[in-house]
Amino acid sequence: MSGAPLVRLAGVWKWYADGARPAVRDLWLEVTRHELLAILGPSGCGKTTTLRLIAGLERPDEGVIEIGGCIVADGHRFLPPEERGVGLVFQDYALFPHLTVEENIAFGLWRLSRGERKRRVDELLSLLWLEEYRSRYPHQLSGGQQQRVAIARALAPYPAVLLLDEPFANLDAELRHRMREELRRLLREVGVTVVLVTHDRDEALALADRVAVMLDGTIVQVDSPERVYHEPRTREIAKLLGQANFVPARIWGSVGRSDLGAFALDGVSTVPKEIELLIRPRDVILEPHPQGIAVVVDRRFVGAETIYRVRLRCGITVETSQPPSVDLAIGERVEVRCNRGRLAAFVGSDRIGLAELLDGVRHVSAEHSAMD
Amino acid sequence: MTVRLDLASRERVRRPRRSVTTMQAHDLLALVIVLLAVIPVLYLVWRAAEGGERTLTTLMHPRTGQLLLRSVGLAAAVAGTSVVVALPLAFLTERVAVPGRRWIGVLVALPLAVPSYLTAYAVVAAFGPRGALASLLDRWVGSFRLPEVYGFFGAWLTLTLVTYPYSYLAVRAALRGLDPAFEEVARTLGTGRWIRFWRVTVPLLGPAVMSGMLLAALYTLSDFGAIAILRYPTLTYSVYNQYRLSFDRSAAAGLALLLVSVAVMLALAAREWQRRVAFYRTVGVRRPQAALRLRWWGWLLVLASSVFPTLALGLPVGMALYWFARARAIGEVLPSVGEPLVNTLWVGLLAGAVTVAAAFPVSRSVVRGRRRLATMLDVPLWIAYGLPGIVLALALVSVSVRFAPWLYQTIPLLIFGYTLRFLSEAVGTLRGTLVQQNPRLEEAARTLGMRPWQVWVKVQLPLTVPGLVNAYAAVFLTTVKELPVTLLLSPIDFRTLSTTVWNATADAFWSHAALPALLLLGVGVAPMGLLGWWQERAEGRSGIQ
Repeated sequence: MSGAPLVRLAGVWKWYADGARPAVRDLWLEVTRHELLAILGPSGCGKTTTLRLIAGLERPDEGVIEIGGCIVADGHRFLPPEERGVGLVFQDYALFPHLTVEENIAFGLWRLSRGERKRRVDELLSLLWLEEYRSRYPHQLSGGQQQRVAIARALAPYPAVLLLDEPFANLDAELRHRMREELRRLLREVGVTVVLVTHDRDEALALADRVAVMLDGTIVQVDSPERVYHEPRTREIAKLLGQANFVPARIWGSVGRSDLGAFALDGVSTVPKEIELLIRPRDVILEPHPQGIAVVVDRRFVGAETIYRVRLRCGITVETSQPPSVDLAIGERVEVRCNRGRLAAFVGSDRIGLAELLDGVRHVSAEHSAMD
Repeated sequence: MTVRLDLASRERVRRPRRSVTTMQAHDLLALVIVLLAVIPVLYLVWRAAEGGERTLTTLMHPRTGQLLLRSVGLAAAVAGTSVVVALPLAFLTERVAVPGRRWIGVLVALPLAVPSYLTAYAVVAAFGPRGALASLLDRWVGSFRLPEVYGFFGAWLTLTLVTYPYSYLAVRAALRGLDPAFEEVARTLGTGRWIRFWRVTVPLLGPAVMSGMLLAALYTLSDFGAIAILRYPTLTYSVYNQYRLSFDRSAAAGLALLLVSVAVMLALAAREWQRRVAFYRTVGVRRPQAALRLRWWGWLLVLASSVFPTLALGLPVGMALYWFARARAIGEVLPSVGEPLVNTLWVGLLAGAVTVAAAFPVSRSVVRGRRRLATMLDVPLWIAYGLPGIVLALALVSVSVRFAPWLYQTIPLLIFGYTLRFLSEAVGTLRGTLVQQNPRLEEAARTLGMRPWQVWVKVQLPLTVPGLVNAYAAVFLTTVKELPVTLLLSPIDFRTLSTTVWNATADAFWSHAALPALLLLGVGVAPMGLLGWWQERAEGRSGIQ
């Protein structure tokens, strides 16, 4: 099952046509069998180029690409896309406008006999709930239906790996949600290895088994969605994945102190004097308290929750999401707690380790008051 | 600091590789074809340079200035009147609730298919001495002297009748593409109807008007048939005469180059304004504009502006019918048109095939190639577009006489001439089709296991067929009515409909020109009418959705 990765990119470089700067630089990535890997990055970071390199639509300038243990591109050899056995779903779907849904799906099955081809097409039509549209042309389909046809077409020839380029970018918000759920169901059912490219962090976090964060042409972190979110390797990654608050903290001996409570550093070799802790808005709990260490400076109602901005004692303003049960007024004093046991600790732009909150919940105690 | 520099230089050393979907053989072929298309211009440059001093003397001669002034003056006059004629027509058929305005729109654009020498023939046959009007007046009023039809006035009228559809089509398309939101915004800002019209609508139409005028001017400048029949000696005509009559071909080459450079400037300016038209066009969904209701003065305007379209279409048809009927009435024996008709058709069909075959690789490279290649192809194409037919034909005559006498006055050379003449237009049509093709389709087919040639057969060809058919039809129709290339490059005694009309008109045998003229109108106007009708119907359907 596991063992050798299914897709492997090692030290891959790809320059833009003008040769001025690399689109992808020194890229290392391994995709294991049956996993869904999401490449997440801002637009222009080289995600799509990476996908095209795997598909064989671009030729790497340097480095090695392997699919299923075979070298498909290195300095000497280059396997064209038609010999790689990858399925690619384009951002704009690229359905053949002169072919019906059925013919589009059958397009990659031309090596099969007529009967086998029909069986496979029927299978995919039912898998993707497209039976009633089988003889329609692409322009007669809605965006969601077009996307399903594109996925069916790519899956039809049993590709070793399915590549999805911004699969939901062309759908409206509601449809995007539904299609995301549908895709999850489908991919679990089919059991195919998937590499998905997106700039939408929610999409990456919700769908992927592992997230590869790409910045400026190279992959900077590959981890589970939870770890990428809560334990990003750099400040940039932290910001890419969502609203991030950095709370300053000070270390005395083996114990650190911050407005979020006392903590011990974990897995840090050289202990600096001052660090910052990363905390996400949802991980902050606010409670009204006349002697609280923070003051509410702004509130914004966004429907399911309310966004409060509070100023901590250290002078930092932190953004927090609170459930509807919390009702605070601007200017009110609040107590700030953290509902996570471990927070990522940063020095400068890099994460140095984790901070283990000692009491989990910070209480207003005499000891703390005396500390000031 | 040094480390960073090293890294930068290391990155610069690497040579990028091409994407796998681009093919170099294609691009090379495209370049060769485009270079062939500028052979006439290159030859003229070489020839004029060879003449040296003598070429310069001819160019500096006051008569040259006079000719240039005449050509440019006529072009400017025609461009001006064609816009004056076209603007109200465009507004009437696009914005005003005239019953059946879509079909009127098709009719109004039809004179585009009437060759200029045919309109000139009709003008002379109607208003000239011994023409229809003169003979009718002679019968009823007695001796009566009509104003002179030959010269500037006749040329001006004829070319306006032929070229106003360029402006009409450009302005109509711009009006159609205009987002009503612009005018609605102006309305919410409290402007009245006239202010809105002058400050919003008209400026937004500006680029379309300019490109229409420039195309009309280019047509006038390059035209040979009409000004030759109407005996208005412009630069075009004198190039022809110099070649025919004098031994000094270098001087003629100099004059031709002068003409070509003005024409190419006009062509490039037209291209520039067309780009701006595209820039003003609304992208995405646009709502249809509410049509204005007509009052009594509106109907007067309709009547006044219908004069030109009626003349442009009615005059050639009417005159050809009139002279044909007259010949039949007095029992005149008309020469057979069977042979010219057959010649016209098969030469046209062949030229269409060769031109489209040459245009396809070029347009593919222009659309899919890298930007630098596209520019390299684009510039010669626009030079070829601006090259007047008479200059092209004369240059090819000289080239073949000098370097390949066995080719002179043969069918292959004639077809070659047509191909060069219509290459850039065919490329334009095909380009429109290819641009709409998503390059991802090719890539999708490749990832689905297709070899490049299979992709070509199964994806690209089926998607390109409509464009190929369009380009083929356009080249066929323009070849059928082409005069100067046919006149100068055909084998001896090879008669087509256009040369028959020309010869009969030159000898004032109006009735001999009648039947071939009718056939030409049938071959050219009928398909264009059908095409326009078909497009309007498609537009109407999509408008309902």
